[in-house]
Amino acid sequence: MEAAIVFLPLAGAILAGLFGRPLGAKGAQWLTSGLMVIAAVLSWIVLFDITSEGKSYTVTLFTWVASGSFAFDWALRMDSLTAVMLIVVTTVSAVVHIYSIGYMSHDPHQPRFFAYLSFFTFSMLMLVTADNLVQMFFGWEGVGVASYLLIGFWFQKPSANAAAIKAFLVNRVGDIGFALGIFAIYVMTDSVNLTVIFNTIPDLVGTKLVFMGVEFDAITVTALLLFLGAMGKSAQLGLHTWLPDAMEGPTPVSALIHAATMVTAGVFMVCRLSPLFEYSEFALAVVTIVGASTAFFAATVGLTQNDIKRVIAYSTCSQLGYMFFAAGVSAYPAAMFHLTTHAFFKALLFLGAGSVIHAMSDEQDMRRMGGLAKLIPVTYAFMWIGSLALMGIGIPGTPVGFAGFFSKDIVLEAAYAAETMVGGYAFWLGLIAAFMTAFYSGRLLFMTFHGTSRADEKTLAHVHESPRVMIWPLYILVLGSLFAGVAFYGGFVGDGMANFWGSSILILPENQALANATLVPIWVKAAPLAVGLSGLALSYWMYVKRPDAPAALVVRIRELYLFSLNKWYFDELFNFLFVRPSFAIGRFFWKRGDQKTIDGLGPDGVAQTTLRASKGVSLLQTGYVYHYAFAMLIGVVVFVTWYVATS
Amino acid sequence: MTELPNFQPATPEIFLAAASMVLMMVGVFVKPKQAYRTVNTLAILSLLAAAVLVIMVGGSTEAGPQLAMFDLFIMDDFAVFVKILILIGSVAALIMSQGYVQREGMARFEFPILIVFATLGMLMMASANDLMALYIGVELQSLSLYVVASFQRDSLRSTESGLKYFVLGALSSGLLLYGASLVYGFSGATQFDLIVQSIASSEETPLGLIVGIVFIIAALAFKVSAAPFHMWTPDVYEGAPTPVTAFFSVAPKVAAMALLLRVMLDPFGELIIEWRQVIVLVSILSMLLGAFAAIAQTNIKRLMAYSSIGHIGYALMGLAAGGEIGLKGVLVYLAIYVVMNIGVFACILTMKVQDRMVEGIEDLAGLNSHAPITALVLLVLMFSMAGIPPTIGFFGKYYVFAAALDAELYALAIIGAVTSVVSAFYYLRIIKVMYFDEPKEAFDKRQPAGLRGVMVTSGFLSVALAPFLSVIVTPAGIAAASILAP
Repeated sequence: MEAAIVFLPLAGAILAGLFGRPLGAKGAQWLTSGLMVIAAVLSWIVLFDITSEGKSYTVTLFTWVASGSFAFDWALRMDSLTAVMLIVVTTVSAVVHIYSIGYMSHDPHQPRFFAYLSFFTFSMLMLVTADNLVQMFFGWEGVGVASYLLIGFWFQKPSANAAAIKAFLVNRVGDIGFALGIFAIYVMTDSVNLTVIFNTIPDLVGTKLVFMGVEFDAITVTALLLFLGAMGKSAQLGLHTWLPDAMEGPTPVSALIHAATMVTAGVFMVCRLSPLFEYSEFALAVVTIVGASTAFFAATVGLTQNDIKRVIAYSTCSQLGYMFFAAGVSAYPAAMFHLTTHAFFKALLFLGAGSVIHAMSDEQDMRRMGGLAKLIPVTYAFMWIGSLALMGIGIPGTPVGFAGFFSKDIVLEAAYAAETMVGGYAFWLGLIAAFMTAFYSGRLLFMTFHGTSRADEKTLAHVHESPRVMIWPLYILVLGSLFAGVAFYGGFVGDGMANFWGSSILILPENQALANATLVPIWVKAAPLAVGLSGLALSYWMYVKRPDAPAALVVRIRELYLFSLNKWYFDELFNFLFVRPSFAIGRFFWKRGDQKTIDGLGPDGVAQTTLRASKGVSLLQTGYVYHYAFAMLIGVVVFVTWYVATS
Repeated sequence: MTELPNFQPATPEIFLAAASMVLMMVGVFVKPKQAYRTVNTLAILSLLAAAVLVIMVGGSTEAGPQLAMFDLFIMDDFAVFVKILILIGSVAALIMSQGYVQREGMARFEFPILIVFATLGMLMMASANDLMALYIGVELQSLSLYVVASFQRDSLRSTESGLKYFVLGALSSGLLLYGASLVYGFSGATQFDLIVQSIASSEETPLGLIVGIVFIIAALAFKVSAAPFHMWTPDVYEGAPTPVTAFFSVAPKVAAMALLLRVMLDPFGELIIEWRQVIVLVSILSMLLGAFAAIAQTNIKRLMAYSSIGHIGYALMGLAAGGEIGLKGVLVYLAIYVVMNIGVFACILTMKVQDRMVEGIEDLAGLNSHAPITALVLLVLMFSMAGIPPTIGFFGKYYVFAAALDAELYALAIIGAVTSVVSAFYYLRIIKVMYFDEPKEAFDKRQPAGLRGVMVTSGFLSVALAPFLSVIVTPAGIAAASILAP
C-alpha cells in the first residue's frame, strides 16, 4: 500500500508523458487525477493506521547502492512525520489535478502538464518517504526539476523561462549546501541511512571538523549546511527571490508546488532531522532567526504588491518563516501543524486566485479588479475562508476558529515559551508579521472583490464563475481550512502529541518550548487574534471606507513604500553582486576563452589557415610553363643539395 | 655472337606492337565512318589478349626472373602484377571514352591506337631492366600521351594542355637522361644487376651517383606527378579531354610508379638510407599539396588532379618505408587507386547537360534527386577516396601507413594522417553538394552502357572488395617479394 501511494503518481506521469497523444487530453486528465485520488485515499488510511499508536516501520523495495560501507536501499520510511506529509501532498495534489482539468482546459499541451504534475507528486513522495539521505536528495532534486518544468510550462513566454531558470539556479545554491551536508554526515557516521545516523549522532556531540585549518563543531556545521538546502527549497530570506517569480507558472502549479508542498520540503527536512538539529543549539538559533526574519520581511513586501498571485506568494514565504522559527525553538510538531493547515488554506487561496484570474481573462493585477463579489460569489466566499484562516481568526480558549488560528497561535506561543533571546525575537517579529498578514489579506480581498470595478468592460462582460470541476475540489480545501486546526490540534500539538508522533521527532528534555506553550500568559494567547483583527480593520478602513487613504499614505512614507514595493531591493542587490559578475565572467570565458582562444587557435583557426594555405597554393599554379619548369629545376636543386648535405 | 636473343618473355609486348601496326592498317582500309568503332573494339580486344599473354608468360620461375633481349627486359611477378593493372586501366579508359569521343568530334581511329602505343610503352617500363630500356619505355609512353592530350585539336584548352605537357615532359626526359648518364659514368653500367654489383663493390658511394639518382627521381616524380614536379598535372587534367584525363590518372601513374619502385629498390636498393629522405620529402610535399590545394578548386577534374597528387604522396609513403612491407603497401594502394579512380572518372563522364559536358563541382548539386545511382556510386567512391571504412580506400591507406610505422617513419605517418583529414573535407563536400544542395539542371539520362558498366562495377568493387581484399593483397605480396629477391 505504501509503495502504491508513491508509485501510482509515477505510473500516471509515465503514461501521460509517454502516451499523451494516444490518451488524448481527456484520457491524461482523468488517468492522472484518478490515480492521485486513489493515492490520496490510501494516504489517509495510512495516516490513521500509523498515528493511532505512533507506529514506525520501513518498507524496503530493493537495494540501490552497495559499495563498501556506502550502502543503502530504495526504502520507504513510514512514521507519523511521513504520514502527515503523505496526506498533505496527495490530498492537495489530487485537488490540484482535478482543478487543473478545468483550469487548463484551453491549453494545447495538457498531457504534458498532467505528466509533470504527477511526476512532481512522485518526487515529493519520494522525498518525504526517504529512509536515507541520498533517496531524499533524489526526491529533492526531482521536485526541483518538476518545479523548473512547470514554472516554464508556458515556454513561449520569455518571462516564464527566465523564472524557471532563476528558480533552478537559486535552488542550486541551497542544494550545494544540502549535498555538502550529506557528505559531512557520511564522513561523520559512515552511513547515509537515517536510522543509523540518528543512533550515532548523540555520540558525536563535541566532535570537531577541521576544514582549512579551522575547527568547527561537526554537528553544527552539518546542520547549517543542511539548513542551507532547506532555505533554498523553502525560499527563506536570501534565497527567496525565486519564489515570487515562480508565479509565472500556471496557477494550479503555484498552489501545489509553491504553496502547499515543495516549498515546505525544507521545513519537513528540518523536522525529519530533528535528532541532528537538537544537538546544535547554534544551528537551531540560526533556524529561528532566519525563519523569523523571513516571516517579517515577506510580510512587509506583501503589503504593497499589486499582482494577486505575488501577494499570496509573499504570504507563503512569510508563513514558511513561521514554520521555521517554530522548528528553531524545537517546536517541530507546531511547525508540522502549521505546515499542514497552511497547505490547505494556502492552496485554497491560490486556487481561488486562479478562479479570479480565470474569470478575469488572465488579469492578475488587483488594481484592475474590484467589485467581483457579486459576479463570482462562490470564489468570493472561498477567498474569505482562506484569508480568515491565514489571518488566524478564532476565539481563544474554545474549539472555534479557522485552521490557521490554532496553528499560528501555537507557533507564536511556543516561540514566546522558549524564553530565549531568539525566541523573543521570533515572537515579536511573528506578531508584527501577523498584523501585516491580516492587513494584506484584507487588502487583497477588498481590492479584488469590493468597491467598484476598475476592469474594462470587455473583461467584465466575460466574468463568470468557474466550472464545477474547478469548484468542487475546493470544498475539500475549504473543509481543511475550516476544521483542520481544531481536528488535528489534539494529536499534533495537544495532549495526544507523544502518542501521535511516536519516535519520529526528537525533542531533547531541555528544549521544552512546546510543552510550556500552554502555560504562557493570557495576553500572549490573545495577541495574535488582536493584531489580526486590527490589521483586517485597518485594511477595511483604508480600502473600503477611505479609498484615498493609501495614496495619501504613500506620499507621506514614500521611501518605505518603495522599499517594500521593490522587495527590499533584493533582486537588484543580487543582480549587482552575483548575476552581473557571473555574466561578466561568463562572457569573458565565452568570448575570450572559448571563441578567441580555443576556437581561434583550434577549429576556426585551423580551418582559416587551411583555407588560406589552399588559396596560397592555388596561386602557385600560374599557368605559365616557364614557372612550372622553374619549379621543377628548383626542386631538383633543392633535392640534390639536401641529399648531398645530409648524406 | 650469332645467337638470337631470347624473345619469349616479351611476347605480350611484341604482340601489342604488331597489333598496333595492324590496327593502323585496319583503320586506313575500313570505311571512315566505322573506322573509330572498329579500331576501338579491336584495340580493346588486343589489350585483353595482351593481358592473357602476360598471364601465360608468367612471372618469376624457380630459377629467378625471366630475362629477355640481352637482359634488357625482365619479367617477374612484380611486372605481371603491374602489367595487369596497366591493362585494366587502359581497357577501362577505352571503354569509357567511346561515347565522349564520338560526341566531341574526336572519333578518329588514331585515338585507340595511340592508347595502345602508350600502353605498350608502359608495359616496357614495367619490365625495364636497364636504364636504356627504361628510357625507351618512358618515351614511347610519353610521346603517345602528349598527342592524346591535345587530341581535341580544335579545342584551345586541349592543345594548350598537350603543349604544356610536351614541353615539361621534354624537360623531365632531359633530367632522366642526364641522371642516367651520371649513373652510368660513376657505376660503369646501365643494366640494373651490374649497377647493384658496382655499388656493392665500391666502399664509398660516389657523389656523382647520388646526384644521378636524384635526377632520375625527379624525372620519375614528374611522371607520377609528385610535388614539386606536379605543376603540369592540374592544367593538363583540366585541359585534356575527359577520357584522356581518366586514362592519364590511372595507367601511366601505375607504370611510372612501378618504374620508380623498381629503380629505387633494385639497382639502388642498397642506398635506401640515402635516398629515403628525398622520397619522404616528396611524399610529404605531395600529401600536403594534394590536401590543401584541392580545397580551393571548383572544377572537378582539377580537383581530381590534386587528389591524384595526394594519392601518389600516400603511395610514396610505402616506397619511403622500403622493404617487402612497404613495397606490398604501394602495390595494394595502386591497385585500389586504379579501381576508385576509374569509377570517379566514369561518374565525371556522365556529367553532361543537354549534350554539353560540365565540370564544375556545383553542377553536381542535388544529383541525388535526379540520378540516384550515379550519386550513390560517387558517394561510395568519395568515401573510399577519403579512406573511410568499410570502403577499400581505407585498406589502401592502412597498408601504407602500417609500412611507414613499421619503418619508424612516424613524422611521415602523422603528416599523412593529418592531410588525409584535410582531404576528407573536399571529398565529403562533394557528397554534401550531391545530397543536400538545391538540385540544379538534371544530367542527360542516356549514357553509353559501357560507361555505366564501368561506373557501377567500380562503385560496387569499392565496397564489395573490402572483405575479399586478399585478391589484391596476396599477389601484391608475391610481386613485392619477387623484386627484392636477390
